[in-house]
Amino acid sequence: MALQEVCHFYDSVPSSSEHSPVALALEGCCAEYRSAKVGHSLPVFYLPVMKSQPVCQPWKTINLSTMPSSTSSVKSFMLAEESKRPFDLSHGTTTLSFKFQGGVIAAADTRSSCAKKVECPSSQKIIPIHSHLVGTTSGTSADCTLWKRILSYKCRLYQLQNKRTLTVRGTAKLLSGALFPFKGTELCVAATLCGWDHTGPALYYVYSDGTCLEGDLFSVGSGSPYAYSILDREYHFDMSVDEAYCLARRAVYHATHRDAYSGGNVDLYHVTKEGWRKIEDRADYTSLEG
Amino acid sequence: MNKDSHSETCLLQFRYPIFTVLALAGDDFAIVASDTRLSEGYSIHSRESPKCYKLTDTTVIGCSGFHGDCLTLTKIIDARLKMYKHANNKTMTSGAIAAMLSTILYSRRFFPYYVYNIIGGLDEEGKGAVYSFDPVGSYQRDQYKAGGSASAMLQPLLDNQIGFKNMENVQQVPLTKEKAIQLVKDVFISAAERDVYTGDALKICIVTKDGITEETIPLRKD
Repeated sequence: MALQEVCHFYDSVPSSSEHSPVALALEGCCAEYRSAKVGHSLPVFYLPVMKSQPVCQPWKTINLSTMPSSTSSVKSFMLAEESKRPFDLSHGTTTLSFKFQGGVIAAADTRSSCAKKVECPSSQKIIPIHSHLVGTTSGTSADCTLWKRILSYKCRLYQLQNKRTLTVRGTAKLLSGALFPFKGTELCVAATLCGWDHTGPALYYVYSDGTCLEGDLFSVGSGSPYAYSILDREYHFDMSVDEAYCLARRAVYHATHRDAYSGGNVDLYHVTKEGWRKIEDRADYTSLEG
Repeated sequence: MNKDSHSETCLLQFRYPIFTVLALAGDDFAIVASDTRLSEGYSIHSRESPKCYKLTDTTVIGCSGFHGDCLTLTKIIDARLKMYKHANNKTMTSGAIAAMLSTILYSRRFFPYYVYNIIGGLDEEGKGAVYSFDPVGSYQRDQYKAGGSASAMLQPLLDNQIGFKNMENVQQVPLTKEKAIQLVKDVFISAAERDVYTGDALKICIVTKDGITEETIPLRKD
């Protein structure tokens, strides 16, 4: 990519040597890109303001980059003018992720439901963000997909501006900060970020109410209690890779067995030092009995 | 009091999806079909109001849901396509249109366009592609999708006939264009029998590398 070549930054395995000040000082040729502004590419949201505005101007736009710093004003502004939706948005899922000695595993079901119907039996709930980071999505699927897209673009810009990949902790902070102005609105994003950075395997849980937690094991969604019961019993950090795959699939299967809003197949991703890898065979549930 | 009447006013602007749209993709073609009846509540406003809109030579969109939002959304997409053509000197591909539509829909996250979109077209390699959306912009590439009032009746039939789901010992033959068109006609005739909002006529847009052809087939008018 052109910008990547001009900035002399190439995707590579993040290692602790990339953070040394010597390495950064040696690549001094792209000074003008270091202070490049993010610009106005963040989404501009339209909010209905119908009560006191004249008919010809029924919209107010809020630009994310010029958001007011206090969230209470944004929240009251949004809550006062939210209109009732006559339809439901997609909800209901089981996703889980855990760290172990061989990396980080992320697993999810593939059913996307909307009110009482199954909108899509084979949706993708684990989204790669960059070569060493995947995010599981839970909550409203549109919110999750779009915010992950925004997160990928922000991570990429950070890479090009700072010549190193953002750590998973930094990415979680970035996502949490980006979602914070929307606290109290109907936005619902419950994501776990599973990645590998210079500190090794890393796992963070971000929720749109502002929660940002680090942990070894997370399960998110309507089927998570059932998945937790399987995971808590059999999880240990020193598992082998095959044991980890088997545990993840079994936990999702048991959750889909009991939760009406989870179903379909199991998607499984494994993040290691070399990057993320999708474990190709989408398991059919009949083979997971017992 | 004021707030209640305000939200009631908002609700009155919306109606439940009252027509049916279907799209399916084959190896080198895509089909987007919709009925042409426009109803509201107990009345029929029009019998000749098709819901498939041609966007480019390789892409057709079918919008079901609130008709006002469908019209506005297609106008916005047309304008954005023209802007892209003038800025980049090439037509947008189906995948790019789908991604753009997703961001257009999400910009109205807190007061959405009440439209369930389905885009059918050919991708860059010439293979059929169907992209289905929810009202706030979540989208997915599928092989087939039914949307609108009769979607709950049509989708399982498509799952069985095109997706060969939950069938054992069946040979998975890829769909030919003629068989697909016949299937679409049969499926809409069945939908018109059981769904009051589907009927009058069926308009089918067939997208191939030679362009877009249209067919109209009469359905039940009662």
